[in-house]
Formats: sequence, C-alpha cells, structure tokens
Amino acid sequence: MLHFKVSDREQISAIGTFLTLVLALTAGMVVIGLIFLLCGVNPFFAFKKIFSGSFGSVFGFKETITKAIPLILIGGGLALAFKAKFWNIGAESQLLMGAIFGTWVGLHWGPVLPSPVIVPLMFVAGFIGGALWGLIPAILKIRFAINEVISTLMLNYICAEFLILLIVGPWKSKKKFGFPYTDDLPDSAILSLLPGSRIHTATLILAVVAVVVLAIVIYKTRFGYEVRVIGENPDAAKYAGIDFTRTTLLIMAISGGMAGLAGIGEVAGIHHYLSYPDSISSGYGFTAIIVAWLAKLNPLYVIFSGIFFSGILVGGDAIQISLGLPAATVDVFNGTLLFFLIMGDFFTKNKIRVLSGERA
Amino acid sequence: MMHKIETLEMVNVSKSFHGVRANDNINLKVSSGEILGLLGENGAGKTTLMNILYGIYQPDAGEIRVNGQRVTIDSPRASIEHGIGMVHQHFMLIQNHTVIENIALGYARAPGLFPQKKIRKSIVSFSEKFNFNIDPDKKVWQLSAGEQQRVEIVKALVNGAGLLILDEPTSVLTPQETRDFFQVLEKMRKDGQLIILISHKLDEIKKLCDRVTVLRKGQVVGHVDAEQMDKRSLARMMVGRDVIFSFSREKMPRKEKVLDVADVTVVGDKGYPVVNGISFAVYRNEIFGIAGVSGNGQRELVEAITGLRTVTHGRIRINDKDITNQSPRKIYNNGVSHVPEERIRFGIAPNLFLYENAILKQHHQKKFSRLTFLAYGRIKAHTRQLIKEFQVATPSINVQTKNLSGGNIQKLILGREISDKPDLLVASHPTYGLDVGATEYLRNQLLKRRTEGGAVLLVSEDLDELFELCDRTAVIFKGRFMGILESDDPRLADIGLMMAGTKNLRPGDGADASL
Repeated sequence: MLHFKVSDREQISAIGTFLTLVLALTAGMVVIGLIFLLCGVNPFFAFKKIFSGSFGSVFGFKETITKAIPLILIGGGLALAFKAKFWNIGAESQLLMGAIFGTWVGLHWGPVLPSPVIVPLMFVAGFIGGALWGLIPAILKIRFAINEVISTLMLNYICAEFLILLIVGPWKSKKKFGFPYTDDLPDSAILSLLPGSRIHTATLILAVVAVVVLAIVIYKTRFGYEVRVIGENPDAAKYAGIDFTRTTLLIMAISGGMAGLAGIGEVAGIHHYLSYPDSISSGYGFTAIIVAWLAKLNPLYVIFSGIFFSGILVGGDAIQISLGLPAATVDVFNGTLLFFLIMGDFFTKNKIRVLSGERA
Repeated sequence: MMHKIETLEMVNVSKSFHGVRANDNINLKVSSGEILGLLGENGAGKTTLMNILYGIYQPDAGEIRVNGQRVTIDSPRASIEHGIGMVHQHFMLIQNHTVIENIALGYARAPGLFPQKKIRKSIVSFSEKFNFNIDPDKKVWQLSAGEQQRVEIVKALVNGAGLLILDEPTSVLTPQETRDFFQVLEKMRKDGQLIILISHKLDEIKKLCDRVTVLRKGQVVGHVDAEQMDKRSLARMMVGRDVIFSFSREKMPRKEKVLDVADVTVVGDKGYPVVNGISFAVYRNEIFGIAGVSGNGQRELVEAITGLRTVTHGRIRINDKDITNQSPRKIYNNGVSHVPEERIRFGIAPNLFLYENAILKQHHQKKFSRLTFLAYGRIKAHTRQLIKEFQVATPSINVQTKNLSGGNIQKLILGREISDKPDLLVASHPTYGLDVGATEYLRNQLLKRRTEGGAVLLVSEDLDELFELCDRTAVIFKGRFMGILESDDPRLADIGLMMAGTKNLRPGDGADASL
C-alpha cells in the first residue's frame, strides 16, 4: 500500500514554476485527448483543428483576439481579487451589470452626445455598474462574514434574471418585432472595428493598458502590498494596521469594474443592443477564472493566458462545426485544464513523498 | 509483534536537506528506566533527529535499533508500532472532542464501531497509575494546558509507547504543574519507561535527566552525565561559547509615564470579560512584566493596548494621549510597537519575501513610499541594515520568510519593531521556543531598549525571564492583577501561588493604580 506525505515546499525557482505549468497543461491535454478518443474522434486531429481554427488562419486569429478582449479585462481583475484570496466567482454578472449600466448611458445620451464624449462615458458607467455589483459580496463578507464564493455565485443568477426582466419588460424595443432585445445603440455609441474583423480596438487598448497598470499596482504600490499581505496572512495584515474593510472594498470595486468594462465593450463593440445573458457573454466570467490562474495571478501574464483560452473558445467553435462535437466540449476542455493547473499549483507549493511499505 | 522497548539506539544517522547537513553522523542511546536529555539550539538538528525517529523523515545513512535489532521506521504509524510515542510542543488535540474521543482517534487497534468503549478502561488505568486525574468525558477545550499535556501522554501510552519523546514539555505549564509533571516523569522512569526530553531549560535538564546528549550544528558535541555538569558548562557546550545568565540591570529613575492603563475591561472571544478593570502604568527606562498562566487575559490585554481588540470600559493613554480603541496603525504611529505572541501567525506573511516582511508596519511611512509607490530600493537597503544589526541569519533578503528558522524570524520581527525607536514596546512571549543563544540576544535587546529610554511591557510565562529583566512584575489571574511587585520584593517567591490565584496581594480590588 502506498502512503503519501505532504509537506511545505521551500522556494521554487522560476524555471521550476514554468516547467510545472507546462507539465500541467500537457497532462491536461492528454486527459482531454482521452475524452476525444471516447467520443470517437482522433485526438490529434481534434487538437489540430482547435489550434488551426484559432491560431492557424488570419480569420481565426482575429476572432481569437476579439474574444481575448473580455478575458483579459476580467482575468486581470480576478487576478487582483484572488491575490487577496477573495474568491470572486461573480465576474459573469459583474460583466452583465457593466453592460446594463453602459447601455443605459448609451441609449439615453448617445443620441445627443458626440462619440468622443459618449464612449468614455459608457465605459465609466460600465465600470461603475460592475464595481457596484462587485461591492455587494464584499460588504456581505465584511459586515456579516458571508462566504464570497456563495454570494458572488448567487448574484450571477440574480443579475441574469434582472437583465431578462429588463429586456422583456421596460427596456424592450418596439422596433425588434417582439424579440426581447433593447433598441440598438446610436451610431455615436458604437465602437469602430479593425477593418475586416470584429476587434473593437478601443476596448483592446483599454484592456492591455488596464492589466499593465494593474500589474504595477499589485507589485509596486502600497495598495498592492496591502492586498498581498491580506492574501498571504489576514491576521498579520490586521496586526500591521492594514485596513481590511477599505482594502477589500477597493479590490472588489476594481475587480467588478474590470468585468463591467468587458461587458460594455461587448455591447458597444459587437452586439449593439442588450439581449439574453448568454448571448452577451459566452461564459467569459467563468473562463477568466482559469485565465487568471494560468497567469499565476499576475495581470501582465493575463494577456497571454487570455489569448490562449480565447483560442480554445474559438477552436472549440471550429470543432463543433467540423467534427460535430457538442458545445459543452469546450467547457470540458476548460474544466480539465483548470483542474490540472490547480493541481500543478499544489505541487509547486508542497512537497510530496511516496512512502511505500507494508501496514501491519 | 509488539515487544517492550528496552533500548533504543540511533547509529551514525545522517540527514541532509538541499546539501545542508541537518544531522551528521549522530549516535545516541536510551535504555529502560532512563531519561535522556536532548539539548541544542534551534537549528542544531534536534527536531530533524526526532522526526526521523518518528518516521516523518528517512535518514540518508545510519540506522535505528530497537532492543539491538535494526528496524525501519518509514511512517509515524510504524513508529507507534515500534512503541515510540511523541508529545509535541503544540498539542495535536481536537478542541471540541472529548478526551476519550481524541485518544480513540489515533488508536491503532480501535474497533470500527464504538472505539471509545474499549479504550476507556486503559485510559482510566493509566490515569490512576500516574495520578493523572483526567476525566475521559470532558471536552478538550475545558482542560488546562497541563491537563491537555497529560491527555497527550496518555494517548501515547494507550498506544503502547515504551519510549516517550517530550518536546519542550514544560513551556506551557505553571510552576506547580511543572512540579507535578516532574513527579510523573520520575514515576515513569521507575516504571521502566524510556524518555527523551527535548528542552532549552538547563535547570530542567539538570534536574531530571540521567544523561544528556548535546547537539550543535547537526553534530553531537558530547554525551554527558547530567549530574556532573553545571549549567554554565552545558550552555557552553550547546552554544559553543560562554552565555551570560544574569544581565546587568542598574536601577533607573522612574519619572516619565509612557503607558497609562486605567480601569480597562476587555471582552474575550467567548463573549464575556477576560480583563476585568486592570490599571497600571509603565514608565520610561522601565521593563514592566506580566506573569501568568496563558489564558488569564494577558493576550486580550495586549491586543487592547495595540488596537487589535475593543476596550469595553476604561482608558488607555500613551504619553498622555488617549489611544483607546484607535486603529492599530494610529497606535503604532503614536509610538507603540508590538512583538506578537504567535510570531508566525501574526508577525509575518510567510510567503512574502524577507524585505517585504521587514516593513510590514512601516510600509505606509514616507521613508518607504513616495506618493503611492513603494521605494523598493530604500526598503531593501533598510532590510540589509536590519538583518545585519539584528543578526538575522539568512542567505539573502530575497527569500521567502517562511524559510527562516523561528529564532531568525523573531529577530527580524524584533528588529522591525524597535528600529523605529518606539516609546512603548509590547513584547508577548518574545523568547518562547527559542534557543539559548537567540534568547540571550533578544533579552539583551529588550534591556537595551530600556536603557535608551523606552518603556517595555513584557508578557511572559517564563519566570526566569521576568526575574532577570523586569523592574516590576504584575501577576495576572482571571483578568485581574493579583499584585504588582518590585524586582527586590521578597514576595516574588510566592509568584507561583499568585499565578494559581491562591494568593492575592490586593484582595477585592483591581483598580488601584497607586502600586
């Protein structure tokens, strides 16, 4: 019989961390390959399809970048929250709330304001929407010690239903033949696209700038230091005089706000009106959890991990069409990778020794 | 397969971690009816050696022999099966379970159903044999530290331990409990039990042990007869140089009041008051000690003074400024720094780098941040200065703080806390679990702070420490001071009785600040 002994690992080198990451991804791919095999699909062929679909063609790569925009924005915000060990599982609805706030501004003031004014205003509104929605679980945690995993998760449902309420009720368009959609945003409130693609440049630039700034905040500023101390040891943070309430509120305002930016970016860049929650966001808020994790909670690396997972989303669409696999394949794919990434994390933090020997 | 252990030997045992020899060719032997003392500084290799014996580590070379037979111990379970029992310094008991449930939990031969039934009998019999007086149905959280320790010992005995390893066993006990505990050990020795006693306390080692094995830097420095050695030579063997046992402490005038605690009441975690109207003052050039068995309100009092816990009644002033219920940062900025009780839990963020922990309470100050950005250049320079000045042994400042030994972490914390020259330094159990060298160093630093004009509030369970350092010592029992004694007060001899609450120098009163 095998026994395992788990103990704390001393510092691990950067190369070691990187190798573990590669190993975790490889192991994940192998398991996913087995799943493909069970579905009767040649795994090598499926992987080839996925990555050629997302990175192998100009069209595919443009789509990959398009879908990476919300992942980078949300992933950066989640990296911040996770650094403080605030488990924000509610980015999906923070995105929706951002979309709702931003769209409201666009619909009401878009017709009277020029583009350079209305677009920034919409992004500000989007940020505020996401931030407010993110503050609710923060307040619940601080005031009533309610576990944020539960509250952020539940708020996802509330927000999704709220959005449906809006689009079938007061905000329903009279010009859309009875479909539950809002009116289109006026032209001044719509983002311009990179020609021949769906890449809304403004949001892309915003996303990259935001995560770079966030990386500087986390690693170079007082606030970032306080976030890391809280995440590493909340008792020590209290002892050191770090204001837990203020810091947590700020963290969740930023984390939710980033998701809100992604939400309004999706509406103003791609959809142009509000519709059902799952057409506004194809699970970006959840995929971004893995994005943040793959980036080792460093907002800078989120750019790359965001593009990687976006590639899987796009490639997943490709194999749905070409191999006739169900849409859930991508979820299985992402879930398996997250599983292995977290496992890899465990191995970098702990030393595991196998004790073999007979038990009497 | 269980035989009674008669002798246990470790022969030429070596163990390295990352090229560092934690144990280098170590030999030791215990025989039936003998207490072996294991003495050594932190990092000398005691813990590694005992972990090898307990099956947590495998030696790189060498062997373990029980009754002359070579044995393989590759897990704690195997260790228990060979009759080895360990009582850790920090008890491994589940607070919300009863004594019997806790013992049943680790019992190897427990039946799957109702395991408690079978072992009740053996608990009671061991308890009677050694006068333990434990109620098997009490919940562990209701027991005092001494009682919990006895539960740990019974747990080991019920599992058939012929050899008991005791790691710093008296660090949590009152003098009275310690005396009882020594009697138990004597009785066990007579009973043929093998005992290995790990301790830093030279007095104890001398008093109890038959033989002593001294370790230094992973090697055995010597096997000696406890009787033939005096404290000083034992200490020299352990540290490798002379250790000063009495610190020079000249009288200094007590004029300027720094800390003024007036009729303070504090509510504990369980919702009722644990500090009941305490009043005292600490002056410049003074070390004021608080003695007492842990759990009598000293922790909560310290938390109230440093802003970590709400004061429900009374006032606390620093230099005549009211700081009652201010935030910890405000209180720090007013000149109060704090060496916390559980240094790893409160004092550091273990995964952050050493230089990041060196500014844990000062990162907001101008010297370490400009606008909102941290000045890492200056922070690192400050850290290098700090580790040099306070003799923190570390390969670099770019290591995660958790890789430092306990003594070095404590030096780092103390250095950080006094580098700002605080008016008041609150130190809770500053030398708890530290080796002689580090202890001596830390105590000297506290005295230095006193000479420089600081006030020091020292909470400790170590009476020697209090007697050596304090100008005045208060004894706390159930949230009240049983008296405040000058360092030359003959009544200090009764401090044990005061700690146990049987002697009160100020009956019916907890609010008298004139003493």
